Amino acid sequence: MVLDSKIPSGPIEQAWDSAKFNMKLVNPANKRKYSVIVVGSGLAGGSAAASLGELGYNVKCFCFQDSPRRAHSIAAQGGINAAKNYQNDGDSIYRLFYDTVKGGDFRAREGNVYRLAQNSVHIIDQCVAQGVPFAREYSGLLANRSFGGAQVSRTFYAKGQTGQQLLLGAYQALEAQIDAGRVKMYPRTEMLDLVVVDGKARGIVTRDLVTGKLESHAADAVILATGGYGNVYYLSTNAKGSNCTAIWRAHKRGALFGNPCFTQIHPTCIPVSGDYQSKLTLMSESLRNDGRIWVPKQVGDKRNPSAIPENERDYYLERRYPSFGNLVPRDVASRAAKAVCDEGRGVGETGLGVYLDFGASIQRLGKSTIEERYGNLFDMYARITGENPYETPMRIYPAIHYTMGGLWVDYELQSTIPGLFVAGEANFSDHGANRLGASALMQGLSDGYFILPYTIGNYLASTKPGAVTTDHPAFSQVTKEVADMQNRLLSIKGKRTVTSFHRELGKIIWDYCGMSRQGDSLKVAIQKVRALREEFWRDVNVPGSGDDLNQQLEVATRVADFFELGELMCIDALDRNESCGGHFREEYQTEEGEAMRNDEEYSYVAAWEYGGYNGQPKLYKEPLNFNYVHPSQRSYK
Amino acid sequence: MNLKLNVWRQKNRTDKGRMETYQANNVNPDMSFLEMLDVVNEDLIASGKDPIAFEHDCREGICGSCGFVVNGVAHGPEPETTMCQLHMRHFKDGDELFLEPWRAKAFPVIKDLIVDRSAFDRIIAAGGYVSANTGSAPDGNALQIPKENADRAMDAAACIGCGACVAACPNASAALFTGAKISHLGLLPQGQAERSRRALRMVAQFNEELFGSCTNIGECEAVCPKGISIEVIARMNRDYLAAALTDRGAKKSAGGEA
Repeated sequence: MVLDSKIPSGPIEQAWDSAKFNMKLVNPANKRKYSVIVVGSGLAGGSAAASLGELGYNVKCFCFQDSPRRAHSIAAQGGINAAKNYQNDGDSIYRLFYDTVKGGDFRAREGNVYRLAQNSVHIIDQCVAQGVPFAREYSGLLANRSFGGAQVSRTFYAKGQTGQQLLLGAYQALEAQIDAGRVKMYPRTEMLDLVVVDGKARGIVTRDLVTGKLESHAADAVILATGGYGNVYYLSTNAKGSNCTAIWRAHKRGALFGNPCFTQIHPTCIPVSGDYQSKLTLMSESLRNDGRIWVPKQVGDKRNPSAIPENERDYYLERRYPSFGNLVPRDVASRAAKAVCDEGRGVGETGLGVYLDFGASIQRLGKSTIEERYGNLFDMYARITGENPYETPMRIYPAIHYTMGGLWVDYELQSTIPGLFVAGEANFSDHGANRLGASALMQGLSDGYFILPYTIGNYLASTKPGAVTTDHPAFSQVTKEVADMQNRLLSIKGKRTVTSFHRELGKIIWDYCGMSRQGDSLKVAIQKVRALREEFWRDVNVPGSGDDLNQQLEVATRVADFFELGELMCIDALDRNESCGGHFREEYQTEEGEAMRNDEEYSYVAAWEYGGYNGQPKLYKEPLNFNYVHPSQRSYK
Repeated sequence: MNLKLNVWRQKNRTDKGRMETYQANNVNPDMSFLEMLDVVNEDLIASGKDPIAFEHDCREGICGSCGFVVNGVAHGPEPETTMCQLHMRHFKDGDELFLEPWRAKAFPVIKDLIVDRSAFDRIIAAGGYVSANTGSAPDGNALQIPKENADRAMDAAACIGCGACVAACPNASAALFTGAKISHLGLLPQGQAERSRRALRMVAQFNEELFGSCTNIGECEAVCPKGISIEVIARMNRDYLAAALTDRGAKKSAGGEA
């Protein structure tokens, strides 16, 4: 298989315009004859379903939550980037493109990223028109703030709830289309498999989460916008329901998986407090503007932080990176925190935490200034930990936050299965090996509002509408396979709960394929994952039956897929003998302990083909070419 | 600490349902309420019993999935806090707690503590949007919006659609929820073109879903995890009244009596 990225030739500035012009169109009167399935109702899925409905297609949209408004995009805090240059500070589409390619540590496609930067300006316009209440200046004009990895102020925001407001904008547009009868919504419905007929995606099999009924849905094209797979680690900042099942089942049906080991660890999360912990909570990285990060110099120093004098504290980021200090990028800050904790200098009950101390800032600026800047974050911290961060330093630790990897797609967001499109975090496309802050929202909406409405039309224009219906034997065959797997899970009735397996799997992936990785130990991890997976299929206890609302069965199905994906992540991490962005291989670092890329051998997208339950997946490589931004080594000293 | 839990168990929509009693032992004060229930459920599964079904997703107070009544109060005792953000340090050893689902005709129980809130989606579908098809937008800064208006619109838009307002209201009214969306969009210039239609259609849908009327009791505001003010209900009433008086034609086409 040759991976054709379909990046248009010619100058990058004109590529998307010329691609759009060359795409085939579907006559307005014919659009209603075509049906499109959208799985997921977050920023990418919600915006795609609404926009396709507006165009006149017949859309079916699916989500496992009780309402499309609850997709996990809703939890994004900080903001959304756009190259508006409203601040007159030198921003441009080219600069946003440049920052994003560099931020991704030169492992993303230039063509995709340039288009993303172009679309960013339209996203803001669209969202304002929908009534998204972005923050404003006293002039009534839109406000901006700064974010990591950029020297311009280009982030638009709605308090600390930007994701919520953007999602509600897309959700409301979606509801308007539901009311107009152009979109049919299926909440509490989970996609459990993809139906492929003669090599093309023709539909899905779903489970009604209330009645347990397995159902078939046929369409002329299928879009997966089902988010990331951070919950493979069990503890992450993702919502509890976020899962990889839709993309993993599509992978097993033939869609290649791109860069599975590229995961992002966010440095400022509230640390784990006990074995019962179910998820991790992010604290905005803006806190690093005024907070100083430190640990005690002495190993095992368990004194109260206020009892540790200044000269016995190690402000390790300021020491190691004097020019960037506490504001080094996410991957660097995370690894440094892990290193001091591994030395035994971590703080808190578990020893897995570092201090984020506002004492000096409060002294310099006054409590009221700090309260004005970060009041809501301090309140959230106090609510969760029961500690007052104005008086005692916050404790933070890195946590899994985002997955750059996902199903491989071409420039049209089409996977290696014709008719199967993948959008948002579920695809691998735009962030390379590291995502910059405030660009996930941008990508989700760019895919849904401004790319899929064109590329889906281009695909459908050469497809006969309604060529395959649910009467096709492929649907009953896939339904049977889904039912078999479900029955197998329900019939084991072993001794261990689903959660206990998920927690153990997550720990293996976190320990071996988390913040730092190493060749030999990745081999150990693969064996451990396989052994645990065997035990899972032998000894898991999924109570109840398949014919009513059964939350344990839902989770068990997702965990079964996480086992297989977790193994692929380790295989990918083992194959990539370099360090880049969030992927840090201990063998490949500079003398100062920084990531060392190997552009000669690894400047490619790793796209994996499913290799069977115990088989070896097959690697395909899509070479990456950099004609505009030339790869350089990042340095933050 | 050890707690006694009385939990509403109901197998499905048609089951009559009943309270059942469980013991939650060795509860760590740093746990969230939902993590405490996770542990209770692990024990129930181990002893061959059906775990308690409750809705949850983000567990950081923004998705609006979680919510039930604890000792008669929607989302429990802490102000402006969802169940997932309520920590066990606010309870003490020996406490006896009663957990019940949202109770309202418009929110039928699906299982245990899970209710069907799809009526909220239908209220939004009736008019809780600005019709701005993708691609038709002018430049974002073409409209200047006074900061105070943008901030007030944001305060109303903070609603997470959890349904606590309905559960707390003796009339099971959805006025706070509906008023929040009408206020958010009505405070912005983008929302003016459809303002009358929106008020008429959303209120009509609200009534069709069998939510009760608002009698200004204020329980909704007291339990709202996002602190949304009942001022939004006054805005809704004003928009509705104005629309009903002046837009008779629109009312008809907008779909019915309210």
